[in-house]
Amino acid sequence: MIAIIDYNAGNITSVARALQNIGQDFMVTDDTVKLDAASHVIFPGVGAAGEAMAYLRNKKLDIWLKDYLKTGRPLMGICLGTQIILDYSEENNTPCIGLIAGSTRRFPETLMSHVRLKIPQMGWNSVKMLRSHPVFENIPSEAEFYFVHSYYPSPTDREVVLGTTDYGINFCSVLAKNNLVAMQFHPEKSGRPGLQILKNFCTWRPS
Amino acid sequence: MISKRIIPCLDVRDGKLTKGIKFKGNVDIGDPVEAAREYYEQGADEIVFYDITASSDKRDIMIDVVRRVAETIFIPFSVGGGIRNLEDMRKVIHAGAEKVSVNSAAVENPQIITQGAKAFGSQCVVLGMDVKKVNVSDKIPSGYEMVIHGGRIYTGIDALWWAKEAENLGAGEICLNSIDADGVQTGYELNLTRMISENVKIPVIASGGAGKPEHLADVLTKGKADAALIASMVHYRTYTMTEIKQYLKEKGIKTRLFW
Repeated sequence: MIAIIDYNAGNITSVARALQNIGQDFMVTDDTVKLDAASHVIFPGVGAAGEAMAYLRNKKLDIWLKDYLKTGRPLMGICLGTQIILDYSEENNTPCIGLIAGSTRRFPETLMSHVRLKIPQMGWNSVKMLRSHPVFENIPSEAEFYFVHSYYPSPTDREVVLGTTDYGINFCSVLAKNNLVAMQFHPEKSGRPGLQILKNFCTWRPS
Repeated sequence: MISKRIIPCLDVRDGKLTKGIKFKGNVDIGDPVEAAREYYEQGADEIVFYDITASSDKRDIMIDVVRRVAETIFIPFSVGGGIRNLEDMRKVIHAGAEKVSVNSAAVENPQIITQGAKAFGSQCVVLGMDVKKVNVSDKIPSGYEMVIHGGRIYTGIDALWWAKEAENLGAGEICLNSIDADGVQTGYELNLTRMISENVKIPVIASGGAGKPEHLADVLTKGKADAALIASMVHYRTYTMTEIKQYLKEKGIKTRLFW
C-alpha cells in the first residue's frame, strides 16, 4: 500500500487526486502504526519549514521517517517534504529531519539572469538529469515541471544530486540516495510527466 | 530557465462558462470543467477561474466546479471572484485550487492578504488588481487607479502603491488587469504591466487586451510580465495554445512546449 504522510501541509489532496487519476490505491495518514504497513511512502508539503517541523516532532514523524528509511522501502519527498529532509533550513532557522546531509537555502535577493528574477520561482522549469533513475524513466528531457518556492535544497554530498534546475543559480532540484528520491517541484501539478513520475515511484523496487 | 506561463482565464457565472466584454454583456458559452480539460490537454500552463456569480446563495455551485476541476486537470489553477474572507478562501483551497485571488475584499480589508498568507502560505494568495488609467495627480502619482466591484467603484488608491503594499502584506503573486484593455483585443497595457512588474519581487500575470499572439510576445518582453492571461482569443477558437506557443518560440520567448 502507498501511504501519503498527513501532516497538515497543504498539497496532500492534490497528491491524493493525482494517485486516484493513475488508478493507484493509497492511504493518507499520520498514524505511525498504519505507516509501518506501507510499501511506499510519499512525504509531500507546502508551507513553512518551522511549522511543519513542529507538527512532525509533535507526532514523532521525524523519528519515524528515519527508521522507515533504514528499512529500504521507497520514500518520495515533494517540495517542502524535500527541503526538510535535509539537516537544516534557513526558513525560520529550522533544524530539520536530517535524512540527507546539507541545508535548505533561500534564493539570493539579487537573483539575475538577463533580467532580475522573481522570488518565489513560480512556474514551469526543466530538470537536467545527471544520471538515470527508475523514478524518472520515460520522462523526456524536454519535459518541464511546476515549481513554487523561495528556498532550495543544497545537499553537502554532490553524489546525491540527481537533477539540477537553472533559476539564476543552478540548484539541486532532484536528489536521490538509495531508497530515497526527493524533488523540489510538484509532480502532482506537472501534467502528464508528473503523473508518470508518481506512477514510476509506485512501482519502484529499490535494490 | 523558467518558462513564461500562458494562462487561459475562464469567467464562470452560476457554474457556467461566460466571457464578458468590458465586464458587460456576458453570454454563456459552455461548461467550465470541460473547458479546463480542453485547455489542460492543449498545453495551458495554469488556469484562472473568475466566479462572477452575483447572488451569494449560488456561490457553492463554484465550490463544486472547483472540486471537479481538481479531479480533472493536473496543473495549477486559481479561483477568484467573490472571495470576502478567510472562510471563503479555505473553501476554495480545500476544494482543490492551488491559489485564491482576492481583489475588492483586499482593498477593503488588506488584512485578508496577511491572514491568507499565514493560513495557506504566500504562494496561495494572488492579489487581483483591476486598474484604470487616470490623470496623474498627488493622490494617484502613477496615473493608474485601483477600481473595485467589477469596475464600478473608483477607490482613490494608486495602483503602484497598492501592488507594493500587497507584496509587503504577503501576496505571492499579482494578477494585473487593465480595465481599459479588457475585452478589446488590441493588446495588453504594456506601460502599466512593466511599471508594476519592475517594482515588485513577486511574479506578475498580465491580463486584459490579448487578441493576437504578438500581444503576448510584447507583454512578456517589453511589459516584463511573468505570465500572460488570455480569454477571447482561445475561447472563440481564433487561436490554439499550440499556435500561440509556437509563435512565442519563433520570437525567442521560452514557454513549456512538451506536455
